Amino acid sequence: MTVIGTPQAPRLVTEPELARQALSTMWQIRRFEEAVDDLFARGLMHGTMHLSIGQEAVATGACLALTREDLITSTHRGHGHCIAKGAQLDRMMAELLAKQTGYCRGRGGSMHIADVDTGNLGANGIVGGGIPIAAGAALAQKLRGTTNVAVSFFGDGATNEGAFHEGLNLAAVWQLPAIFICENNGYGMSMSSSLSMAVPRVSDRAAAYGMPGVTVDGNDVQEVFDAVSEAVTRARAGSGPSLIEAVTYRHKGHSKSDQNLYRTREEIDAWRAKDPIGRFETALLESKTLTQEDVDAVRAEVIAAIRAAIKTGNEAAPSRADELMSGVFAPVQESA
Amino acid sequence: MTTSSVVEQGAAPAGEATEMSYSDAVREALTIAMTEDERVFILGEDIGIYGGAFGVTKGMLEKFGAERIRDTPISELGIVGAAVGAAMCGMRPVVEIQFSDFANQAMDQIVNQAAKIHFMLGGAANVPMVLRAPSGSGTGAAAQHSQSLEAWFAHVPGLKVVLPATAADAKGLLLSAIDDPNPVIVLEHKLLYRTSGLVPAGNTRIPLGKAAIRHEGDDLTIVATGIMVSKSVEAAKTLAAEGIGVTVIDPRTLVPFDEQTVLDAVKATGRVLLVQEAPKTGGFAGEIAARIAGSDAIYSLLAPIKRLCGLDAPIPYAPDLEKASVPQIDDITSAARDLVRTS
Repeated sequence: MTVIGTPQAPRLVTEPELARQALSTMWQIRRFEEAVDDLFARGLMHGTMHLSIGQEAVATGACLALTREDLITSTHRGHGHCIAKGAQLDRMMAELLAKQTGYCRGRGGSMHIADVDTGNLGANGIVGGGIPIAAGAALAQKLRGTTNVAVSFFGDGATNEGAFHEGLNLAAVWQLPAIFICENNGYGMSMSSSLSMAVPRVSDRAAAYGMPGVTVDGNDVQEVFDAVSEAVTRARAGSGPSLIEAVTYRHKGHSKSDQNLYRTREEIDAWRAKDPIGRFETALLESKTLTQEDVDAVRAEVIAAIRAAIKTGNEAAPSRADELMSGVFAPVQESA
Repeated sequence: MTTSSVVEQGAAPAGEATEMSYSDAVREALTIAMTEDERVFILGEDIGIYGGAFGVTKGMLEKFGAERIRDTPISELGIVGAAVGAAMCGMRPVVEIQFSDFANQAMDQIVNQAAKIHFMLGGAANVPMVLRAPSGSGTGAAAQHSQSLEAWFAHVPGLKVVLPATAADAKGLLLSAIDDPNPVIVLEHKLLYRTSGLVPAGNTRIPLGKAAIRHEGDDLTIVATGIMVSKSVEAAKTLAAEGIGVTVIDPRTLVPFDEQTVLDAVKATGRVLLVQEAPKTGGFAGEIAARIAGSDAIYSLLAPIKRLCGLDAPIPYAPDLEKASVPQIDDITSAARDLVRTS
């Protein structure tokens, strides 16, 4: 798997601070999701959720190439994007714990979590729903004359939705600063991507929109970082959108109801052996970018942060039913 | 049987209003909004050099350029999605959906996204988007270009629904819709585009949620929407000559809905006829009926609440069949007369 052109992104293994940031982000995603999985299993968390354990390198590598002002749209499997874009763990945890201090005041939950202040326009319960919205966010940047870009994350399943076609086509014909990142984890719920599309790679579809399409190893944070950095450079320069397919795998089922009837233990184990966090730690230690003590310190900091987020979330006030009706519409300002 | 009179509510004093067509009034609102606020832009199919399927944006490309009068591919889901994203990022998009029927192609973005984002995100984001769409029957375009879908939109919390019935309202309500921080669906009846009326000059907004009383009389209240407003006023004039006084209320907006004006009129007249072009089953007239029946206005009723609606059938092609499918002036006159004479 190769990246078009010359890689412009720094090598993470030669930049200790960047490496530490990437490792911390991946661990935050992993530990956050393990924690909410545990809370759910113990009946301490409500609803449903979709875990991205195993896919952390995509969100992390992609958001490392973005600024705070850049925008993203996310998916139902969106905790990783939210964390990688800079959200606060305690407000995320509070949202999943249905508290008033959560990002959505307990109205959105896992599937609609957003942090507009860090450019996350929201997870989405509709497959492909965020793709045209990202095109619109990119259009706004173009009309306002900023150099910000908009990134849309979506899964392989979304690429069979009409929204994928319409969003990518609009971004292409208008040459918008948009980057479409497909996290191809092999399955749309139980549907294998080999049965849901007739081309070998999602990136092949980029040709239909006249935009560059690349496939990268989505379990290699550097490869994702390189590909997204190049697409960001292109977008900021006014050269239009790109499609990046990051091949990855979710270790857990689709959602809480999944019994994994559609994939084998061997397949899951083979992908676990390619775990993105383990691979990155090994690369960092072999290149002596970080020491084992550095890695242990990152892990310990993350565990402490997750524990603090759970504590803060549990202590927060519950979400408020008396605000339901006043929350439907934004208040109209009386014009002069 | 008592007196009745035509009310020119919303008309400005002479000298400050101009006679113009409904479509010119829509264009004037768009032009004012785009001139005063650089965040406002329009996107839709054939709105540029073509001027829009109904000519509403004619000449605007030359005035504002292709960035802000943005011709789109035939891609309703993409268009509305792009408007949602742009609105969340500080723009004020106005979408023209070529026929309101085509909004069905964009329902995910309208219903699942635009309507819910402000609420779902705990108030952290707004979607100040306007979706204008020609609505209704009467052009011989048959079932897929003639629907009146306002009740669908009104049923989704988070959408405001506007049905301008006059040229003045087409301008004033649209200006308010563009100012509104929420997604607003404006359904313009396509037979109204060529009708004319006095339209106040300048940036004269009409607030969303305030009904207009289009005709006054003591014997019966008609609540009519869209093109049924002018038809009901015509019926009211005929009935006035027969000594039957009719109040015609135009709610102007279904969401928000000016319930009080309707209830006050029903209490005053004791009889109510609800007129809409949309099919009866599941239509908004049923909602209005329920609000009347659930209020103390029910004690003032001298006769059961009556609905006069489109047939529960797709709009057909043949001219006579099309007319037979939706209420005409004579139908309204007869229904109103019957209601008054039998109670």
